[in-house]
Amino acid sequence: MGVKKEKHKMPEQPPEERIHNFNEVPLGYPVEVAVEEAKRCLQCKNRPCTKGCPVEIDIPDFIKKIAEGDFDKAVEVLKTKTSLPAVCGRVCPYENQCEGQCTLLKVGEPVAIGRLERFLADYERMKGVKPPKIPESTGKKVAIIGAGPAGLTCAGDLAKMGHSVTIFEALHAPGGVLMYGIPEFRLPKEIVKSEVDYIEKLGVEIKYDIVVGKTITIEELRREYDAVFIGTGAGLPRFLNIPGENLNGVYSANEFLTRVNMMKAYLFPEYDTPIKIGKTVATFGAGNVAMDCARTALRLGAKKSLIIYRRSEKEMPARAEEIEHAKEEGIEFKLLTNPVEFIGDEKGVLKAVKCIKMKLGEPDETGRCRPVPIPGSEFTLDIDTALIAIGQSPNPLISQTMKNLKVGKHGNIVTDENGRTNIPGVFAGGDIATGAATVILAMGAGKRAARAIDEYLKSK
Amino acid sequence: MYEILEKKTLSENVKLMRIHAPLVAEKAKAGQFVMLRIDEKGERIPLTIADYDRKKGTVTIIFMEVGKTTKQLGTMEAGDKILNFVGPLGQPSEIEKFGTVVMVGGGVGIAPLYPIVRELKKAGNYVISILGARNKSLLMLEEEIERFSDEIHICTDDGSKGVKGFVSDVLQKLIDAGKKIDVVWAVGPVIMMKVVSDLTRKYGIRTVVSLNPIMVDGTGMCGSCRVSVGGETKFACVDGPEFDGHLVDFDNLMLRNQRFVEEEKHACKLLERRGI
Ligand SMILES: Cc1cc2nc3c(=O)[nH]c(=O)nc-3n(C[C@H](O)[C@H](O)[C@H](O)COP(=O)(O)OP(=O)(O)OC[C@H]3O[C@@H](n4cnc5c(N)ncnc54)[C@H](O)[C@@H]3O)c2cc1C
Ligand code: FES
Repeated sequence: MGVKKEKHKMPEQPPEERIHNFNEVPLGYPVEVAVEEAKRCLQCKNRPCTKGCPVEIDIPDFIKKIAEGDFDKAVEVLKTKTSLPAVCGRVCPYENQCEGQCTLLKVGEPVAIGRLERFLADYERMKGVKPPKIPESTGKKVAIIGAGPAGLTCAGDLAKMGHSVTIFEALHAPGGVLMYGIPEFRLPKEIVKSEVDYIEKLGVEIKYDIVVGKTITIEELRREYDAVFIGTGAGLPRFLNIPGENLNGVYSANEFLTRVNMMKAYLFPEYDTPIKIGKTVATFGAGNVAMDCARTALRLGAKKSLIIYRRSEKEMPARAEEIEHAKEEGIEFKLLTNPVEFIGDEKGVLKAVKCIKMKLGEPDETGRCRPVPIPGSEFTLDIDTALIAIGQSPNPLISQTMKNLKVGKHGNIVTDENGRTNIPGVFAGGDIATGAATVILAMGAGKRAARAIDEYLKSK
Repeated sequence: MYEILEKKTLSENVKLMRIHAPLVAEKAKAGQFVMLRIDEKGERIPLTIADYDRKKGTVTIIFMEVGKTTKQLGTMEAGDKILNFVGPLGQPSEIEKFGTVVMVGGGVGIAPLYPIVRELKKAGNYVISILGARNKSLLMLEEEIERFSDEIHICTDDGSKGVKGFVSDVLQKLIDAGKKIDVVWAVGPVIMMKVVSDLTRKYGIRTVVSLNPIMVDGTGMCGSCRVSVGGETKFACVDGPEFDGHLVDFDNLMLRNQRFVEEEKHACKLLERRGI
């Protein structure tokens, strides 16, 4: 009997229902399906999937345990390498990572590694997470700046090595983008909280309301701690820099998503933070952030939600699953279209956007075709709300307040592959070093930095 | 959690609170602000630091009860705790010896003006303060500001205290009298800052204003606080809150500050219904 060519389907909330609620869209594998899916794994000797995983999870090993029905053991294998499996099992772009390397791709679809990871993490959470073993203390202290995936991973790994770890977070909640950016229907906040709980159980302390560079300086942290890791992310929203961008009704993706996710504006007035959503909403950009914006707008009651993107479908940077979900939900895609001006009424409220049609030209430095405007193709679209999701830049606060730290031309902190900056004892990783990337890459950076910090502490 | 150590009522809807926040107090400088959130369901709002005491580890805030959050905050008492209190945020005021500075404060804007007055006086400036409000009961901190001023002028719209008129009238008189003014600071309602900036522009007098756009995080992450300054978009929470008054697009700021008026009204109504 040959292997089944396709992944087992995961049950989902039907589109017509889910666009009216903020509940999670995919519902997870039932036990029998997970076991069947796990049996599709060929247990290849050369383990290509593991090489595709930035946090080096022993993928075939945990899948084997699922196939055998030994879920507890499977969780153990998973958790030796990742502290955030329920998160990764939901938002990781597997198609470019582990699943992109799967041998089964030669005959059909890869093993649904992401779904299996999620299955295990959910299984463990339902059962009650086993408190981790806390190793003996080394007496060394590490300060981590930012409680996003990079900082949390670095903290968790260092704690497992016996170091005493304190995270300093500017906001009032942990998780970074996981909390303020990615919506509830894709990553329930309870799940982020329970993963953070686990890291705290490892002995990591998280201090909120501390903006490093303002409330305390890096220099002060360096005096008190043996090493510092900077994981402050790419929080600076980019704007289009076209006329009318400051009209009422134009939001950056970050403002829109922070209001809705972290501040829970979708529950206004039970929660105090408001959000306004018009009938027709246009989101500019086509990455994960843009899909999240467009889908959130629908759930807040928009009648029509558009994605406006200057390149074609092929270049859209979002995860395949997000684009698929967006289409199922009725998001309209206006491709090869670029905004040139926002138009407002006499009260300064957005009412339309002027766009221009684009065509693809020569490939640019990213290898994607450069979009070029088609002269005379301008047209106007009536819209009530505009969401700008064209990317974020590294947060400049730390580098501004630490003049001798080496910074690249996009404001990113320059590090070697193990997160070492030009200053001994100061490490960095995640979006602050790479520019806006992915959760798993941020986690991988946190993990490698933890190892480098451990080495550094031992050599001191 | 951050404890309210002291609460004073300055006028019917203006309250002063001293908050225990040692880390903020340690770094606070004139011109900066904090973001606070009262409870789990609260919104994050910015309030300018009105004073700080590094030794005691306290930060003073003064606020007018205008929206849901400030109204709710106004009902809290000494001993109560605020869930989040982050700062100091934004760029501090530029304190140096300019010569003669005119410090214009309007209404609740008088509170954040106070530490700037004090620091500028300590830096050796000749300080002329002009405080104005709609009526007498909305004036505040007159004694404190007077202590650090070489001259003080008070005015009210209805003439209930000081001269009857606007702060800009008083400023105009100073200019007409031939006073050589090096810098003007204007902190208060947007319309006041606009009028003062329009006036000083004519005479080429450098004018610093402190802006109060709607904020969410206060750390430069969302752009809710963006303002147009000299045709460029700036984030008031990290690039400001102080800007060159001659370059600020006040009309846009006024419109942007109207973004959520309806929602705010609705929330206030619900609060009233709960008897607060
Ligand atoms: C809406 C959205 C959707 C996304 N979807 C996906 C997806 O589906 N899959 C995927 O893989 N990736 C996705 N990403 C990208 C991914 O979330 C990021 O790459 C990842 O979170 C980066 O992690 P990080 O730890 O480097 O930074 P962040 O998550 O940005 O965390 C940084 C933390 O540092 C804090 N901080 C910043 N400055 C300071 C300071 N001075 N002092 C103290 N604390 C500070 C911040 O408050 C924040 O909590 C998405 C991003 C967004 C915005
Ligand atoms: S308040 Fe969010 S960027 Fe200023």
